[in-house]
Amino acid sequence: MKRRDFLKTATGAAAGAMVSGPAIFSSAKADARSETLLIVSESGPNNLDIHGVGTNVPGYEVSWNCYDRLIGHEMKAGPGGVPYYDRDKFKPELAEDMTISDMSATFKLRKNAKFHDGTPVTAKDVKWSLDRSVSVGGFPTFQMSAGSLKKPEQFVIVDDHTVRVDFATKDRLTIPDLAVIVPCVINSELVKKNATEKDPWGLEYTKMQTAGGGAYKVTKWTAGTEVILERNDDWVSGPMPKIKRVIWRMVPQAGNRRALLERGDADMSYELPYKDFQEIKANGKLDVVSLPFSNGIQYIGMNVTKPPFDNPKVRQAVAYALPYQKIVDAVLFGLANPMYGASADKPTEVAWPQPHKYNTDMAKAKALLAEAGYPNGFETTISFDLGFAVVNEPLCVLVQESLGQIGIKTTINKIPGANWRTELNKKEMPLYTNVFSGWLDYPEYFFYWCYHGDNSVFNTMSYKSPEMDKLINGARTAAATGDKAAYDADVKGFVDLAFNDVPRIPLYQPYVNVAMQKNISGYQYWFHRRLDYRALVKA
Amino acid sequence: MLSLIGKRLMFAIPSLIGVVIVTFLLTRALPGDPAAYFAGPSADKQAIEEIRKKLGLDKPLIEQFFRYTADLAKGDFGNSLTTGQPVATEIRNRLPASAELTLLGLLVSIMIAIPLGILAATRPGSWIDHLCRVTTTAGVSLPVFFTGLVLVYVFYFRLGWSPAPLGRLDVFASTPPNVTGFYLIDSLIARDWEAFRSALNQLILPTATLAIFSLAPIARMTRASMLAILSSDFVRTARASGLSPRAVIVTYAFRNAMLPVITTLSMTFSFLLGANVLVEKVFAWPGIGSYAVEALISSDFAPVQGFVLTMAVMYVLINLIIDILYGVIDPRVRLEG
Repeated sequence: MKRRDFLKTATGAAAGAMVSGPAIFSSAKADARSETLLIVSESGPNNLDIHGVGTNVPGYEVSWNCYDRLIGHEMKAGPGGVPYYDRDKFKPELAEDMTISDMSATFKLRKNAKFHDGTPVTAKDVKWSLDRSVSVGGFPTFQMSAGSLKKPEQFVIVDDHTVRVDFATKDRLTIPDLAVIVPCVINSELVKKNATEKDPWGLEYTKMQTAGGGAYKVTKWTAGTEVILERNDDWVSGPMPKIKRVIWRMVPQAGNRRALLERGDADMSYELPYKDFQEIKANGKLDVVSLPFSNGIQYIGMNVTKPPFDNPKVRQAVAYALPYQKIVDAVLFGLANPMYGASADKPTEVAWPQPHKYNTDMAKAKALLAEAGYPNGFETTISFDLGFAVVNEPLCVLVQESLGQIGIKTTINKIPGANWRTELNKKEMPLYTNVFSGWLDYPEYFFYWCYHGDNSVFNTMSYKSPEMDKLINGARTAAATGDKAAYDADVKGFVDLAFNDVPRIPLYQPYVNVAMQKNISGYQYWFHRRLDYRALVKA
Repeated sequence: MLSLIGKRLMFAIPSLIGVVIVTFLLTRALPGDPAAYFAGPSADKQAIEEIRKKLGLDKPLIEQFFRYTADLAKGDFGNSLTTGQPVATEIRNRLPASAELTLLGLLVSIMIAIPLGILAATRPGSWIDHLCRVTTTAGVSLPVFFTGLVLVYVFYFRLGWSPAPLGRLDVFASTPPNVTGFYLIDSLIARDWEAFRSALNQLILPTATLAIFSLAPIARMTRASMLAILSSDFVRTARASGLSPRAVIVTYAFRNAMLPVITTLSMTFSFLLGANVLVEKVFAWPGIGSYAVEALISSDFAPVQGFVLTMAVMYVLINLIIDILYGVIDPRVRLEG
């Protein structure tokens, strides 16, 4: 064969193979397609167990769908009629009945509930799982302690199908904390069999496979590439899910995720750039759900322990100098709830998040800065997390430009994602932007983590004020005892104080954006902002 | 021959030891605290310390190093924290994906570049010479991710000829039983034509992207080296003796021009293998390059060390093969070696 002929045939063969590409779907596959949900996202889980060391957020999604908890939340109509979890209403999941008395809650388990391997779910499993969550350390233990669930002794086996949770103190957050992802029920016998002396809780085992009794089970997991989940047809803790199989593929390139959606190859995607969501929304070929993060705020923080930001006047000046509207329009393409510019006579509400009364007003900012003793401004750095550069970078550039107008010269400091938490923990950055959102949607929960003098990681400003601590503690006690008047007064008090002292300036409440094909319905918003496959339907 | 290989391998040992030490120290010098990263968004200082202890990062550096080398001696590369898997398994699974893509890309590239280079050299200044110059310049000046995205846009998004850029196989196709890890070969062994077709379809666009990029060095080198040889005395003699142009070019000139081409090939191959990260990202290819980059971003030590070590071993092996090939092509090199 001559060289040229060979080249000809080679290109011919290549072109032939390419043209026949889409034809490879046989009809059997078309059926499989209609019962299968294909989700594409940027990153996937690193661990299938939320109790594991360093489980990432995509890992939460697996845990949520593959394990049952004692209780879950009811749905209510959220913004735009999209089902939104109801913070105040609980529904039974693995427990068929919950009785709350003064200092304990008793759960009756479903008698016919089974784990994926067929073993019945008993009170022993529940106790072991809850013990595990408060004992393994790290994030799960920390989350449990947020609801005053700290010791294994608090979980008592009453009989084979009854478990009692004793309250350590009166805390309004205890019951909600039992409905988050962490207190999931694990197949204790199976995991114990695979535990080792070095790893008594079997974390290595559950990292690689799901050992629960939830509506789905992971049948294949290739880290960084795909997760395949199959429905558990013996699931009894809720109505049988419609989707038989979920294929979750990691597609790192945002443009390709959009192309896959628009071509109709993928069914759902999140983690697309705001601009893409906005365009997808505008052209109407796909359904886009945009909902505000519950209890979440993107903010500009200032270190109040060091000059110049130790001066409240400087902080107020910055609050008057931020380009709020520009940020929402140019960075987020309008997909955010403004947390600024409330009218001057608007009374403070007993709610969080709520907008503050600062607005972009350069004259006022300049005057305040002069009053504080910096008529010519000063120099500082503004830091952000490169892991969320899509939002953070343009945001910081806008802030830099705007602060420049009142003489505050800022240098932008980009911090790699891996390093961001270390830097936050050091509490040395003078000026930065960050986002915080709490799983539990209560004002006092948010304020306890972000403003309290106990100085948690999220009090990134190192803000300390005895008055603030008194109000936050007051609200927590009032909530536990049901003293509504005191609670309302305290919440209003700490919101006002936070806005007057402005150690951090709320910018907006971010949106979670999910794009899906028109034939997909049943999306529900959850506090963890991941997908609940159990409710999804593919027509 | 065997003693030559043995000697070569012996020489490689000190450099491998060097690589182990340097990567260990470099990864420790990376900014970022893995303990803080993996403790999650809501961890306090105590939680971070607990994680640090679990990861063994609270021990002195020298102890960490000895522990690492002891594990390495047992073939244990450690565990990746981001993907949660043993690094050795992951590299074993991912290396064939990268290698299959790179080899195919290189093959396509050779099939186009070498004839193009030879034709350009035999007719300098002609239209084919200009074509060679234009394609190579264009190929090398377009960044790979750009070429990749344009190909996806045109052939997948616009025309719909190519399957979705979702990795090595169609989403609904099943993986052929693992023999070599190369899906094309494995599916042939299993006589699974559907998987073969699916794997081939998925390969076309990324392969084309890589081929366009690697065309330039190979074609340029073939052309330059052929030009030098064609003007040498023995070619003139061969022509004067009345040998057919085909015999002169293929048998005499090309064989002599091959040495620098082979060197370029080895360099291009190792370069492509490590640097096709961007192609892997664009096509969601589960290869070794994207794995290493993701690990770097999250300060995940073990995969980075494993990756660098694997690449070092690959370089040693490729150099060895090239040295042997030299000897096969040109007996003079063998005598001197």
